[in-house]
Amino acid sequence: MTDNKLPSGHTRIDTLEMRGITKRFPGVIANNKVDFNVRSGEVHALLGENGAGKSTLMKVLYGMYGPEEGEIFLNGNQITIESPTDSINQGIGMIHQHFMLVETLTVAENVALGLPSSRGFLTDLDKVSERILELADIYGLQIDPDAYIWQLSVGQQQRVEIIKALYRGAALLILDEPTAVLTPQEVDEFFVIMRQMVADGHALIFISHKLHEIMDICDRVTVLRDGELVGTKIIKEITKSELANWMVGREVSMTRELEDVERGEARLVLDHVSCDSDRGTPALRDVSINVYAGEILGLAGISGNGQRELAEAVTGLRPVTKGRVLLEDEDVTHFRPGEVTERMLSYIPEERMKDGMIKDFSISENMVLREHHISPFAEKGFLMLKNIAEHTDSMIQKFRVKTPSRETKAGSLSGGNIQKVVLAREISRNPRVLLAAQPTRGLDVGATEYVHAQLLEQRKNGTAIMMVSEDLDEVMALSDRIAVICEGEIMGIVPRDEATPQKLGLMMAGESGEE
Amino acid sequence: MTEVFSATVIIGILTSGIRLATPYLYAAIGETFGQRSGVLNLGVDGQMLLGAFAAFYVAFTTENLWLGLLAAMIVGALMGLGMAYVTVNLHAEQGISGIGFYLFGLGMSELLFKMLLGTVETVKGFPITPVPLLSKIPVIGEIFFQQNILVYGAFLLVPIAWFILNKTTLGLKIRSVGENPEAADSLGVSVARVRYFTIILGGTLSGLAGASMSIALLNVFQQNMTSGLGFIAVALVYFGAWRAWGVLAGALLFSMVNSMQLWMQVLNIPIPSDIAVMLPYILTIIVLVATVSRVRAPSALTKPFDRGH
Repeated sequence: MTDNKLPSGHTRIDTLEMRGITKRFPGVIANNKVDFNVRSGEVHALLGENGAGKSTLMKVLYGMYGPEEGEIFLNGNQITIESPTDSINQGIGMIHQHFMLVETLTVAENVALGLPSSRGFLTDLDKVSERILELADIYGLQIDPDAYIWQLSVGQQQRVEIIKALYRGAALLILDEPTAVLTPQEVDEFFVIMRQMVADGHALIFISHKLHEIMDICDRVTVLRDGELVGTKIIKEITKSELANWMVGREVSMTRELEDVERGEARLVLDHVSCDSDRGTPALRDVSINVYAGEILGLAGISGNGQRELAEAVTGLRPVTKGRVLLEDEDVTHFRPGEVTERMLSYIPEERMKDGMIKDFSISENMVLREHHISPFAEKGFLMLKNIAEHTDSMIQKFRVKTPSRETKAGSLSGGNIQKVVLAREISRNPRVLLAAQPTRGLDVGATEYVHAQLLEQRKNGTAIMMVSEDLDEVMALSDRIAVICEGEIMGIVPRDEATPQKLGLMMAGESGEE
Repeated sequence: MTEVFSATVIIGILTSGIRLATPYLYAAIGETFGQRSGVLNLGVDGQMLLGAFAAFYVAFTTENLWLGLLAAMIVGALMGLGMAYVTVNLHAEQGISGIGFYLFGLGMSELLFKMLLGTVETVKGFPITPVPLLSKIPVIGEIFFQQNILVYGAFLLVPIAWFILNKTTLGLKIRSVGENPEAADSLGVSVARVRYFTIILGGTLSGLAGASMSIALLNVFQQNMTSGLGFIAVALVYFGAWRAWGVLAGALLFSMVNSMQLWMQVLNIPIPSDIAVMLPYILTIIVLVATVSRVRAPSALTKPFDRGH
């Protein structure tokens, strides 16, 4: 590379600087005079808790939001970005956290979308495919241009996103939590690609909650807190725990202590359980798991491998086609959800906004959703509003829910606070069995720490807990035993002290746990 | 009974079946474009009624059928423009907005009819234009190639729609906007512009559909002369699984059954005429129920798009 060209043939971005960016939303300042810069050949991490303003800042850069104040300089020259098209034209690409792919279209069609065609108003997919293969070759991104997006794994879909950006001449890539959906092996592969791109002169902005990844791959880190710039540092000059404290603004504990708890009887037993997916294809195949009192059983796996169906089969939301589900020795296989609830099974669903609460209901209404019909919340069919209010207030206090009042609509709370409401409702009834699906997904370090503490507290109280999680760090930190699910089958159950990310990662990819 | 199944009758049923498919095809193909881009327009019937009136009135007063056709297309396009503004810019609920436009078209066409015509008049509509050579083929020629020009247009529209949707950059934009508008937007595709285009195109074609009734098939204008045909067209889009060829199959099935029941009445077959008239509608429901699980609607259908939410 003699000049300022990238291997893709496009022009390098040597420096990009955002100065004094201010973006307001009704009632909040999402970014307050934030400065940020990134250079060719570096990975610059953008770190902060939920709502710190990371995504807002990046959406400003990508032209999705117009800032009230601030300037952007590219290679020292001021530029204006008013739409994604502008930023694409300037060589900026963004890999969104939720992929921006049209599932029913092919890879080539997704790449070609929105671009002028060499054949005028006709599509030129053959040419596009050729170029995709060319780029794939340069950057080591294996992909079939004719495959439909829905046929691809999450890791492959991410490659399509990268190719899409490179195809458009991206010299600077914004990566919004790119590793959140990947297996450890896929993360490793992804980092190889990132390193290659940086070595070739690309500039990368990496948004992540995962501190060890930032320590691993990034050159510099900029921290935001409550919409304000905290500072920018060189990674080599800071430790992981310093970084965590810096982000949260207080001391946070990075390790989780599992107290010695005597393992009790098997409270939840899945005995050769099978069930179907929504589309009628087998989702769970012959799953057998026991969850004992006083333990956390972690269920690891890549999303969409039967975790949701398993949780629904246990809670009575999904018919079991084969096998039995036992709750404290009682066969509850074909019980209705209400009957399972009555036997003190609590459930923290994966989609808390959709399945865990009713957005337009107040916090107090959501707080009693599960037990609104029984004493003390109802007597003879009448709601006991005073009891409900008292209970809600005490829960808001105990679980430190940040809310103006108990009458606030649950949907207007932040993700972490919504999760606290769900958690409070499910835990406060002292369940015999607790099923927690992705309990900390999307939560920041502080809220995660809190949820984990609550789960450990339940474990200490002797509750049998099954925790479904895609986050291997979380699974390994909290679980007594770890079951790995792949394509609806349990690949094996590994005791805590034998679990390594490599071993679990291989099992998540479909290799059986037996050696 | 022998008379019922004679060759003449069968050819008659098929010929009028092809002809009757015309308004369904225009309306349903137009609606297909809209729905593929994520907009459900339930106002089709209203657009057809106003289009039918505009075509009839202009043709009646100027004695120029082509001007009538043009008027219907303009009126339909303007109705589409209104629908696009309400659903795209104002983010209004699509189903309700569509019903509003339907009622507007229904009422307005009646009002204009009473003000401008008063009584039922007739025009000399588009004549039968046999296709040279092809119309000479026995049976087939009679069924397919001895029709008026709007019938040919309707059938030609099917491959054209298929081609646009699947082979052009515009079609790619339409499909992606209907499936994942956020993704399209992030690549610089203007969701609003694409939806405006498809809704206005749909309105134009609905206007044509109305014109095909008032100045080609029936050659009269009557109040509520579509009697819900536009709603059937919406159903045909679902039936056709959002594909032009599927819509064609649905339109043909429907118009053939319709044609058959008309002939049954003509031939005095002892079935209560009310039952006969109901047949196509009952069929629609049965077919829709039978096919509903097999097809998947465009993911963003009926969902307004607002950047950043």
